[in-house]
Amino acid sequence: MSIIDQLATIEQDALAALATISTSEAVSEWKSNYLGKQGAIAKLSRELGTLPSDQRPAAGQRFNAVRGALDEAFTSREATINQAAQQQAFGQDAVDVTLPGRLPVVGRLHPSTRVLRMITDIFADMGFQVWESPEVETDTLNFGLLNIPEDHPARDMWDTFYVETAPGAEKVLLRTHTSPGQIHAMRAHAPNPVRVILPGKCYRYEQVTTRHEMMFHQVEGIAVGQHITFSDLKGTLIGFAERLYGAGTKTRFRPSYFPFTEPSVELDVECFLCKGAGCRICKQSGWLEVSGAGMIHPTVLRNGGYDPDVYSGFAFGMGPERITMLRHGIDDIRWFFSGDERFLQQFV
Amino acid sequence: MRIPLSWLREYVDVTIPVDELAERLTRSGLEVDSIEHIGGAQAELPWDPTLVLVCNILEVTQHPNADRLVLATVEYAPGSIHTVVTGAPNLYQYKGLGRLSHPLKSVFAREGAVLFDGHVAEKVKVKLKGKPVRGVMSDAMLCSEKELGLSEEHEGILILPDDAPVGMSLVEYIGDTVVDIDVLPNMARTLSLVGMAREIAALTNQPLRLPNPTVATNGIDANTAIKVTIAAPELCPRFTASVVRNVTIKPSPFWMQRRLIMAGMRPINNIVDISNYVMLELGTPNHTFDADCVAESHIVVRNAHADEQLKTLDGRTHTLNPSHLLVCDTIQALSVAGVMGGESSEVSDRTQNVLVEAAVWEPTIIRRMSTAFKLRSEASKRFERGVDPEMLDLAQRRLCQLLHDHADGVVAPGMVDVRTAPARDVTITLTSAEVKRILGLDFTAAQLSDLLTPLGFGCTVNTSDSLAVAVPSYRRDVSHTADLCEEVARMFGYDNLPSTIMADELPTQRTNLALEREHFVRDILSGAGLNEAITYSLTSLTSAANLDPAEAEATNYLRLANPLSSEREYMRRAILPTLLESAAVNLRERGSTRLFEVGRVYHRRDDAILPAEPLRLAVVMAGQRANASWHDASPATVDFFDIKGVVELLCERLQITTIRIAPSDAVYLQPGRAAQLIARTATGEVVIGHFGELHPLARERFAMPAMRVAVAEFALDTLIELANVPRYTSISRYPASSQDLALVAPVTVSAETIAASIRKYAGAALSNIELFDVYTGANLGEGMRSLAYRLTFRSSERTLADDEITKLRAKIIRGVEHETGAKMRA
Ligand SMILES: [Zn+2]
Repeated sequence: MSIIDQLATIEQDALAALATISTSEAVSEWKSNYLGKQGAIAKLSRELGTLPSDQRPAAGQRFNAVRGALDEAFTSREATINQAAQQQAFGQDAVDVTLPGRLPVVGRLHPSTRVLRMITDIFADMGFQVWESPEVETDTLNFGLLNIPEDHPARDMWDTFYVETAPGAEKVLLRTHTSPGQIHAMRAHAPNPVRVILPGKCYRYEQVTTRHEMMFHQVEGIAVGQHITFSDLKGTLIGFAERLYGAGTKTRFRPSYFPFTEPSVELDVECFLCKGAGCRICKQSGWLEVSGAGMIHPTVLRNGGYDPDVYSGFAFGMGPERITMLRHGIDDIRWFFSGDERFLQQFV
Repeated sequence: MRIPLSWLREYVDVTIPVDELAERLTRSGLEVDSIEHIGGAQAELPWDPTLVLVCNILEVTQHPNADRLVLATVEYAPGSIHTVVTGAPNLYQYKGLGRLSHPLKSVFAREGAVLFDGHVAEKVKVKLKGKPVRGVMSDAMLCSEKELGLSEEHEGILILPDDAPVGMSLVEYIGDTVVDIDVLPNMARTLSLVGMAREIAALTNQPLRLPNPTVATNGIDANTAIKVTIAAPELCPRFTASVVRNVTIKPSPFWMQRRLIMAGMRPINNIVDISNYVMLELGTPNHTFDADCVAESHIVVRNAHADEQLKTLDGRTHTLNPSHLLVCDTIQALSVAGVMGGESSEVSDRTQNVLVEAAVWEPTIIRRMSTAFKLRSEASKRFERGVDPEMLDLAQRRLCQLLHDHADGVVAPGMVDVRTAPARDVTITLTSAEVKRILGLDFTAAQLSDLLTPLGFGCTVNTSDSLAVAVPSYRRDVSHTADLCEEVARMFGYDNLPSTIMADELPTQRTNLALEREHFVRDILSGAGLNEAITYSLTSLTSAANLDPAEAEATNYLRLANPLSSEREYMRRAILPTLLESAAVNLRERGSTRLFEVGRVYHRRDDAILPAEPLRLAVVMAGQRANASWHDASPATVDFFDIKGVVELLCERLQITTIRIAPSDAVYLQPGRAAQLIARTATGEVVIGHFGELHPLARERFAMPAMRVAVAEFALDTLIELANVPRYTSISRYPASSQDLALVAPVTVSAETIAASIRKYAGAALSNIELFDVYTGANLGEGMRSLAYRLTFRSSERTLADDEITKLRAKIIRGVEHETGAKMRA
């Protein structure tokens, strides 16, 4: 058999052997058997010298071609085998991806805190800065300076917790609204313009029910300057409603009454649950009350240190718990101050 | 205020559908609370106009087979006769009288009519079906008020007045719609049908029809018959009195009763009903006295004497004092002015002559008395908010007319009229500029006049941009230009005014650093796995004493004068007690708890009437450190070092460096597992708060199971003040080298003492120190402890040589041993 014929036989045998190989050890062994320095092809190539010189170049080319072919076959086979091995390893390492993950322990902010932040952030963009004032106040600051004298029928609007004081001393109470902060803020800024948002806890002497709490948060805002109008109040509140409830939210302004504003207004937004059709939450009216507001009463402006003939301003107030309840569909306000983590953990 | 539309229509035409009217009213400040339909198609119980009819009962006979039933011969349309089986007791008296000489009007319902079942408490609709009753076919009925949905009355059938038209459908006869309106305190003018009609007339551009009663008079003039003395003129601006003689006490007419019922009042008798009717119609509360019980026919309005007594109509006896205002005769008190009448002069069945009082009282005295006596009535509600003194003449005429027409009274000529104050006369100059300044929109004086005139304001346009506005007597709420601006906006429509972005100067914007850091603290703690709670600021001493028994006797709390309950009687001085109460609930419900709260506490001050309100932070953690899962079925439970870790994290993230931690002897913490956070300030050291494991006794008082409960409470405002902005340190490009060092010292030498000593001797080359093992074993000896540290050395300038580090290590070991006595572990 000629060298070339022998080479063809080796190639055939090698390819046949390679096809049956399925492990990386066997494929390495195959490589050294055929392509190694002591391999079959190397051994046969040593006999090339026995050929007549004119046949050597062709035979040499043939050898290179076979080496190349086997090398290529080897690389491909090795890749296939490695891939299979990896697949198997992956299979063994596979998990049930529907098993629960390892949750980082993360706590939640109170829903009222979140909504308070949302509200103050929206107003911060309109130039309102947060201003805080005490929760325990004098009767004068909570009522008198806000144009609600003693024996005024409007006092019925605020059932009040009073604090024990010495006989004859000024009446002290738990603020029933954040409005005394108006006076504090105005007095701190007058005669400069002021634009502040007053968040905080308030208290009402009220039996606790699913809808009423003795303690709650309120956010109040005021803007006072020489060119503040009722139209500005409308623009500000519409801007707020569109940020909170989405662009294009329908609003309704209707006259209302607060002793410390004149004109007074109640802002309603279209009920986002029924889109105005009327449902249980909006008491079939199609509207949700969002904010009580108005132009600051001249008497209150004066009490805050501004000349009402030169300065004007508006004030508005809203309840974050109510907004939170509507937002998340909470049907019982008593959860807010329960500290119950089954409630607290429901909010993101 | 409940407004029956049929009544309202006496004063103004309602030209728009009721839903539209309701929307208009709501948008003009008269918020419609509900619309109640009576009998009509939208009613809860519609009366079928072909099946429920006004009828005439012609004859009543005994049912042949049942003692308690009768047969009524009924004419339900002219000439149409039907026999109805009924058990109505109010027909028994007519049995066997043959053809009634005075037939009775009632309500007839034919087969197919839907009515309420009169025999069950709830409102259950039933359809009338023909069936024999004891052998007599029954396919129609005579209706009770309950069956018609008019009231709960089911004792007998409804008897209609004689002039009720036979054959007319009931819905046409008395069907109605009642609009219920929430009247705000400044809208007192609408607490009457006429007041509401005036508003609706202005809103819908319709004329108002005021009643104009005329009455024939007879006998001695009221001014001769009675005398009125006002001894407290500042509290009674106007008092009027009329006299009506020979009245007959009886039920008031059917239409008046219906109107009172629909308006929410209960009919009593003609005298009381007429009084209430005029109050509702004109907004003028009034009072009728039995004229023969007024001594010397002399009315005296005066303050009460000390300890004077008066028994009011509700049977209660009040002890009065000079701050109270009374209507009296020359001997005794007759009524609490404007609030409630007294028993002695009450109109009774024996009353023949009545004295009719219509007066106006100073609102605050009424409010004080009605609050003090807990006598809030429809009258006091109106007086408190202000009654129009100029309406009294019309009210008196109306009262006299109705007493004449429906109580057969003889009206005396004349009216006693005492005024102690001139009529209110307010004229306000309003300019376009002022309206624009407040509302933001230009109006001409003529436009302003057009908006205000329909409400009754007398407008005189002076120039194109200025007008004089005379305020009518019933607008006691209007005294400034701001009040007129509201009326302009209301009539123009709030929704029609422009919406603008504030063009005014933007105030200087300042960062509220304390608030930002407060937010940051909340974010740090929630990021650390704690849930934010907000608990009540109101608590009890019992709750405070659960933490520290000494609090039970504390006197430095702010106490409510009118608590709702003893659990919420004091303003908290610390957050932990209420937060622990919530934690106990969570332990019970979930087995673990991780809570924090940021909030104020309230510290009474002896030198100020208002308390200090420092900001606090409290943390409670107990139970498993993480939620159990298939990854870790029983995670380790919380102990001292979890709360310490939270404290360290907080201080690190706030970059607070000027603090130290030391053992604490706080009574609510378990001794040996209690620490305090101390701040170093320019003026010395300040304790910021305590943390550690709750004392087992305190834990039991909070009804928590036997487990470690880690707690902390800090002065957050102080902590926030100590916070810093982080300083960057350059990151070295040279390699680090680490060394382990195990040091043995008595357990009484604190870990911090040894670590501080290591840091001191290591100097700048030490980039990190980490305690990786704490060991106490018998082989170390009694009371000894080994602390193993991994020290990392790194220079920012060069690679540290091995021999340098070896020398440094030897220096540290010598130094620490010298300073603390700690030796290298063998
Ligand atoms: Zn809705």
